[in-house]
Amino acid sequence: MKYILFFGIALTAFWACDPGAPRPLPILGERDVVNGDTVYPTIPDFSFVDQDSQAVTNATFQDKIYVVDFFFIHCPTICPKVKANGLRIYKKYENDPRVGLLSHSIDVKNDTVAALKRHAEKLGIHPERWRLVTGDHDAIYSIADDYFSVATENPGAPGGFDHSGRLILVDKYRHVRAFCDGTNAKDVDRFMQDMDRLLEEQFARR
Amino acid sequence: MKVFRVLSAVFLFLFFGLKCQQNPYREGARLYQVHCANCHMDDGAGLSALIPPLAGSGFLKTHRERLPCILKYGLKDTIQVNGKQYAEQMPGVPTLSAVHITNILNYIQTSWGNQEQPFRLDDVEALLEACKR
Ligand code: HEC
Repeated sequence: MKYILFFGIALTAFWACDPGAPRPLPILGERDVVNGDTVYPTIPDFSFVDQDSQAVTNATFQDKIYVVDFFFIHCPTICPKVKANGLRIYKKYENDPRVGLLSHSIDVKNDTVAALKRHAEKLGIHPERWRLVTGDHDAIYSIADDYFSVATENPGAPGGFDHSGRLILVDKYRHVRAFCDGTNAKDVDRFMQDMDRLLEEQFARR
Repeated sequence: MKVFRVLSAVFLFLFFGLKCQQNPYREGARLYQVHCANCHMDDGAGLSALIPPLAGSGFLKTHRERLPCILKYGLKDTIQVNGKQYAEQMPGVPTLSAVHITNILNYIQTSWGNQEQPFRLDDVEALLEACKR
């Protein structure tokens, strides 16, 4: 009897520590069933322009996972903190072609390509790895919804825009897999672990 | 018995001494979190070439007189901070009172290894006269 109990405990301990693969990150959003197929929300087609006047589309991130945020240059509130944490992510994956970063400006009027270029240079980032984009006003504001982020114009908010400091992780198949509060360094640490897990999941070991 | 008395004195000293040392400008720290930390960061490090540091900033010494007005009305200038040039824009916080500004400045002056002389409220009030709007 004693042995059975002991065995039970040992087994439980074994299961609890789960030496196998970690559970995959969830796919976020309401899933739907279409003609018997289960489908998850996907990021729609987009086309924006980056700091080097290059077109940035879904194809830019083909075979990559990428991190998304929304910001504006003359943001008096959370943006610099989000950028500082974005820089940590950038530095960690700087030499990893499987990872990209994509920041959308929500201040279409002031954040011209030239302004974005200057901003990128001051941040010290390489355009291949981190795209700062502008584009059609409505396209940017509506894609924020697809990324489960918030971007609205609000004359009452500091700087005239209301937006969340979220960082959003998108997988190779245009699914949103994780997000974090980009102003919170600890949450960003956790987010980078999620990125590592996603890389494990979606890319064969190199 | 004398031992106890000495020990109590030591503990009392440690208690009050350390407690006061820990956080000399609590109100300043709170206001800094609200109005400044988003840009200059919790550790005063700033951000790349976009936002100058406050930790170890020589500007605090060389432009001491200008600091109260910068906090209240912002700065749009080309400045040198520790040998690096910044030509950016900082929004001021016009709603800050002279008391707020004194507290924030004293927090900055004594945090992250900074060891500048504290400001007195009358100094700040006098300096604010210069940029009164
Ligand atoms: C929106 C971002 C932002 C906020 C918020 C902000 N600053 Fe600044 N600060 C800047 C930038 C950018 C500069 C450089 C301005 C320039 O180049 O003319 C600067 C410059 C300074 C300087 C002079 C240079 C140096 O580093 O010593 C001081 C002092 C300073 N800020 C203190 C503060 C304090 C105190 C607060 C809070 C009341 C604050 N700032 C809030 C962005 C900001």
